[in-house]
Amino acid sequence: MNFLELKSVTKRFGGVLALSNVDFDLAQGEVHSLVGGNGSGKSTMIKIISGVVSPDPGSRIVIEGHAYSHLNSVQSSRLGIQVIYQDLSLFPNLTVAENIGIGFHRGGVRPVDWGAIRRAARGALEKLDVELDLDAPVSELSIASRQLVAICRAIVADAKLLIMDEPTASLTRHEVDALLALTLSLKAKGMTVLFVSHRFDEVLEIADRVTVVRDGVKLGTYEAKGMTERQLVTLMAGKSFDYETSERAIDRSRPILSVAGLSREGQYEDVRFDLYPGEILGLTGLLGAGRTELALSLFGMNTPDRGSIAIDGRPVTLTSNADAIGQGVAYVPEDRLSQSLVLNQSIGGNIILPVLDQLTGPLGLIVGSRRAELVRTWIADLAIKAPKPDDAVKTLSGGNQQRVVIAKWLATKPRILILDSPTVGVDFQGKDGIYTIVKDLAAKGLAVILISDEIPEVLYHCDRILIMRKGRLISEFAAHRSSEAELKEAVYA
Amino acid sequence: MSLPHPLARIVASKDFRLVVLIAILIVVFGSLIGDRLFGQLGLRSMAYQLPELGLLSLAMMVAMLSGGIDLSIIATANLSALTIAGSLSLMPAGDGGSAAALWEIGSVLAGLAVALAVGVGNGLVIGYFRVSPILATLGSMTLVKGLAIGLTHGSVLSGFPPAIVFLGNGSVLGLPMPLIVFAAVAAPLSALLTMTPFGVRIAMFGSNERAVRFSGVDTRALTLRTYVLSSFVAFFAGLVMMARFDSANAAYGESYLLVTILACVLGGVDPAGGFGRVSGLVLALVVLQIISTACVVLGLSQFLTLAIWGGILIAVGALDAASAGGVFALLRSLVTDVVAPASASPPTGASKPQ
Amino acid sequence: MLKAARGFRQSQEFWLVMVTATLVVVLSILRPNFLSLQNLLDLMSSYAYTGMLVLALFVVLIAGGIDISFAAVATAAQYAALTVANSYNIGWIGVTLIAAAIGLSLGLVNGFLVYALGLASIIVTIATQSIIFGLVLTITRGQDIFSLPEWFTRGVDWTFTVSPDGTEYAINLQMIALVASLVVTWLLLNRTNIGRQVYALGGNPDAARRIGFRVFGLNLFVYGYMGLVAGLASIVLAQYTQSVSPTALVGRELDVVAAAFLGGASVLGGAGSVLGAALGIALLAIIQNGLTLLGVSSYWSGFSTGVVIVVAVVAMARDARRRWRDSPGM
Repeated sequence: MNFLELKSVTKRFGGVLALSNVDFDLAQGEVHSLVGGNGSGKSTMIKIISGVVSPDPGSRIVIEGHAYSHLNSVQSSRLGIQVIYQDLSLFPNLTVAENIGIGFHRGGVRPVDWGAIRRAARGALEKLDVELDLDAPVSELSIASRQLVAICRAIVADAKLLIMDEPTASLTRHEVDALLALTLSLKAKGMTVLFVSHRFDEVLEIADRVTVVRDGVKLGTYEAKGMTERQLVTLMAGKSFDYETSERAIDRSRPILSVAGLSREGQYEDVRFDLYPGEILGLTGLLGAGRTELALSLFGMNTPDRGSIAIDGRPVTLTSNADAIGQGVAYVPEDRLSQSLVLNQSIGGNIILPVLDQLTGPLGLIVGSRRAELVRTWIADLAIKAPKPDDAVKTLSGGNQQRVVIAKWLATKPRILILDSPTVGVDFQGKDGIYTIVKDLAAKGLAVILISDEIPEVLYHCDRILIMRKGRLISEFAAHRSSEAELKEAVYA
Repeated sequence: MSLPHPLARIVASKDFRLVVLIAILIVVFGSLIGDRLFGQLGLRSMAYQLPELGLLSLAMMVAMLSGGIDLSIIATANLSALTIAGSLSLMPAGDGGSAAALWEIGSVLAGLAVALAVGVGNGLVIGYFRVSPILATLGSMTLVKGLAIGLTHGSVLSGFPPAIVFLGNGSVLGLPMPLIVFAAVAAPLSALLTMTPFGVRIAMFGSNERAVRFSGVDTRALTLRTYVLSSFVAFFAGLVMMARFDSANAAYGESYLLVTILACVLGGVDPAGGFGRVSGLVLALVVLQIISTACVVLGLSQFLTLAIWGGILIAVGALDAASAGGVFALLRSLVTDVVAPASASPPTGASKPQ
Repeated sequence: MLKAARGFRQSQEFWLVMVTATLVVVLSILRPNFLSLQNLLDLMSSYAYTGMLVLALFVVLIAGGIDISFAAVATAAQYAALTVANSYNIGWIGVTLIAAAIGLSLGLVNGFLVYALGLASIIVTIATQSIIFGLVLTITRGQDIFSLPEWFTRGVDWTFTVSPDGTEYAINLQMIALVASLVVTWLLLNRTNIGRQVYALGGNPDAARRIGFRVFGLNLFVYGYMGLVAGLASIVLAQYTQSVSPTALVGRELDVVAAAFLGGASVLGGAGSVLGAALGIALLAIIQNGLTLLGVSSYWSGFSTGVVIVVAVVAMARDARRRWRDSPGM
């Protein structure tokens, strides 16, 4: 018995075909994974199922045997479909109980039935076998607890199908394991789950079946048992990306960056390493291990309590990121959308942002030709696919946006480039392009620190890998003499 | 999404729409009262009036461009004018000459210093103490105006030296002095905002504060400088106002406060920050001024002018909303929002048991 | 319990209570007549209009919006209702109904425009303020109404106690209206479903939409409530001042806005409690009254209010500043 079927579902946005004639089914009580790159059409599928957008005429949605040409969001919710979006859609100013029972707030000036709300919230928490303070404001909870609140809310709304959109993106490994276990227990209670994720290890661990979409077309639905991560990547990207570790000749006579005994209370402890010109140094570890905090300290935005940083053999004190930039350090932050880019503003404007002072002529005015030349050079050098430099950055794809960020930092002529999770939210093609850029830069002598969650990423694209746990560097690997299994072991042990 | 032709871009730009609006106003009012409105007298009165609101709007624009707001501009302008007036009144009686001139210059500089001090205060509270701009400047507005009232007991200080009166009422080569002052502030300000690192950063900051901070900019200092700039422009507004009326008072121009925001938005300044040009604001000011002077010529109440100004902003907003989503899309969304949750529409298509 | 107490100590309300209490103690030591019943009753009467508006504006702020047009709305409602009352014998019910209807309809127009234009609410309501105020002044030519019906000027007074020296203490229309708005606003925001939806909307508008709350309806509700209260408050004020002046109210909106923010409303919406709003008004009222009692010239009252606002907002922002220092990545 299928809980839901999509039959010949097509959706156009303006002239763009987002979904083309997709057939899809969800069996009652299964965990089903939906994978696909950016723009593959998977979000459109979710939106059609949840009633946020209507498919084009001729499409049919069948839910528990009843056919619909389209749904609206209220209908979809009444049919038992609940979506947990990546942003969780919670109300930070309200309590746990009220968030879970938010659906009880209907009916205008009728008095609130607080008793019913608390009973429902307690019931949902018991069903999941977790404990949360019903009166705590959601803004004070951890991400993982917030996610539990969102799941409880879906349960209270009588969810039969739970759609989870990238639920593990900001969880620690431990929290991910707990979530996966929770998902399986929901399944055991008869819930159908559609699990959208780009982490293929999780997908294969939890799903009964996997559906792959690309360019608005469904490529197929597969039994998860017997699939490998590599097969999924190949399906999803349309070609295979086989990377190998490499041993490159690096002159280790004189480090460009030396960090010794660096500590900051509660964040990282006694960090010591050297970085050489032309080297790509991987830094990995679990979320919350202190990687980003360390990177921010090297970038002058998080003053360490103790220890020393030396650049090119000279000790430096970095009290602001302007200092760091002056010393030749560049930092591509982990949150591209809020920390790296001014999305509404032009591509050119973003690229010149850190080097504005170098573009001025007499009277302190920016020289138009110098600005244009700089922007043109970087757009060409990094092959940014942009119609016009004056277009807003938000019109670009994730991969091209990340290239704009890298261009912006290369414009400062750095000697050390720190990349914090540079490929998150970038599809395989885009990732491949970024790896190529980074390797070219290293070949020209730039020293790179690549921070990443993904073990294959650091293994295949770095020369050396440092593993961080609870604020300490615990081990070091030479890429060409290591394997994914060894690194995994070291990170998760 | 980009438009195919450069001409299409121009047509879609906010500046172009304002030019069309001005053209319509000229044609409509020109055919009704053209000889009086666009005769020498009409143009003269426009040229003398526009700079007051204009300078204040420029001050507001600087703050709005950075994603903030500066409600203290008028209080600042008045306090600064009162400082100048007070200082002038203390001028030792004498034969005039160079000592008097020096005293006058010193008085104006004292007024400038007061304005800049308010700007520094705003900038510190907003940039370093992280208070939201609307709250911070609401406080400083009350405080600065309160200080002006407390010191003057609400009285009017008047009678200024000829040099200052000339700023408000004289003319050079047929051009009224206030207009010259306005141009002398607006043109460099426009260059500052679009062509210097400081100005570019203000707009970038207005769109995304964090990204600017991560780009190595000390955003706290940037905020400080932004509000100092806003006060600096407000100082010129105070100067022109006191010169025009040959008097200074704690409450002059108060009714302009909200109008400056209206003018900025009409001129294409994004209330959320990041976008806005002096050229657009100037065009908006011309629109507002033509309407205002036309009302005077037609013998209509000055308050009707205010109502029409507000109406124009709503009309332009409606035009934007309609062109963004289409009128029908807008109406549909209103209808579905009201109706749909109450009665989920029944499934279309045949029910098909399996 | 402990946890709740700790939460309260960190809250805005706690600081407001502390500051207000300190002021009350200091003032009553310096000027014993500050705490006299008569002074407190007078204070309530004179701040009834402002207080009612602060409370209503608070609802708009919680929803994540702002309304600048309420003073213009109040002016329109006041003028129309009392002009009619001067010509026809419509009585209290008539006056109240006319003012309420005008206030409510203008508020609904605001709610519609804010939703439909998709512009920042501050911009929309500045525009509607200009329109309403401009039209009212054009129609009335800015003329005050000094002679009001006798039954209206007499007002509503219930003497509840007479002191030994023969002074009568009475509850009047202003106090009733202020307390009623406090109770109604509190009930609406904390005990009704629509009030909780308003909090939810202010906390996360996108989520509110996804949950299926009718955002348009909520907009109509909050701006409509603001308009309605502005209409009613205008009558309360006219009865207090015994006159109607179309130019007296507009231009002083920002005092009300300041009191609401002082009471803990967030610029971003979703935060604040009715208790905080009430304390915000009380604080401003006590400061201004205290200065008068202390014999400080009324010319300095604006300055003192400004100092209080600036000190308060800076103190409130201390937490935010600490966060900035400690987590640069945030």
